[in-house]
Amino acid sequence: MLPAADQVKAAIERALPGIVISLEGSTLIVDANDIIRVCQFFKTDRDYALDYLANLTAVDYPPERIEVVYHLYSMAKKHGPVAIRVKLPRATPVVASLTKLYRGAEFQEREAWDLFGVQFEGHPDLRRILMWEGFEGHPMRKDYKPEDQDQLEQTAK
Amino acid sequence: MAVDQALQSELQKSGVYLTTWDGLVNWGRSNSIWPLQFGLACCAIEMISTAASRFDIARFGSEIFRASPRQADLMIVAGTVTKKMAPQVVRLYNQMAEPKYVISMGACATSGGPFHKGYNVLKGIDRFIPVDVYIPGCPPTPEALLEGLMTLQERIKSRSMKSEVDAKQAEYAIPAFGKAGLEPKYNASLWNPPQRYFNTPTTSPQPADPAQSPPEAGAKS
Repeated sequence: MLPAADQVKAAIERALPGIVISLEGSTLIVDANDIIRVCQFFKTDRDYALDYLANLTAVDYPPERIEVVYHLYSMAKKHGPVAIRVKLPRATPVVASLTKLYRGAEFQEREAWDLFGVQFEGHPDLRRILMWEGFEGHPMRKDYKPEDQDQLEQTAK
Repeated sequence: MAVDQALQSELQKSGVYLTTWDGLVNWGRSNSIWPLQFGLACCAIEMISTAASRFDIARFGSEIFRASPRQADLMIVAGTVTKKMAPQVVRLYNQMAEPKYVISMGACATSGGPFHKGYNVLKGIDRFIPVDVYIPGCPPTPEALLEGLMTLQERIKSRSMKSEVDAKQAEYAIPAFGKAGLEPKYNASLWNPPQRYFNTPTTSPQPADPAQSPPEAGAKS
């Protein structure tokens, strides 16, 4: 069993002194610069052993904020999830890529880039994954306006 | 029918069978429509169910789902056609041998369905390929698909065999990916949108342009 969220927070503060971390509900709010350190701790620590990144996605909170959400599980310990959120500025959402730690992050980060426009630094191949090359914009952002296929220009015929 | 019905049945009693060339060919065509084996979404599950033993599409001669478009007569567009998939659907249709038919199965393939306002879904496959039969439903039941197949059979039988081929072009234009959707948005030689779909020029003070266009579009639709 995973300990309660405040104990998880206390454990990570013990292991990584000086880290700024807070708790919202049961999710840990981590600074964008610390995400690699935190995940490295969770993955390598023997009590947690969170070796599986089950989910990585983003949530859009206009006008200012985009959050990237990580759900970590442990296959070895059969526990989880530990939910981690990173708050990013909506104009330039940049966060470090987790591909070096979790290989499975690659496609999920590409999806978050494609649909929300979050840039992952250090990603080996940050391309669109669902939409095609040449598509403009990030369609899951709340201010995205999809094209209106029911309003057409008159063709010259 | 060129042959009188009463005379035909009278001749049948003495062992003479008469038919027309159209009747013979259409009988063959309509009773062995081989569908293309591909599904796009949950409608495909109903299509599979239709093909399996409980509903048994083999009763209508369409049990042979071909994995190659070269060997298929019927394209059942079973499911949501995303903008990313639409060019491939048109390409597959172009590769099918003539005469070829299209059933638009379900709300998504017909109009975009529940995804009508989404950013990624085509609002009806009939904007790019000619559809013979539309089946409503989300998803349609296997019975509805069989009804659609029977409707298609009736449609084949009711026409002269040459008109089926003549009515369709050899190849339909494959749309390209644009900045927000497919370019062009529809095949103008195939699909004529209703007048209300067009952007009415609000800034135009010239009355000649709106007066010119309505009879043109009215004649098409």
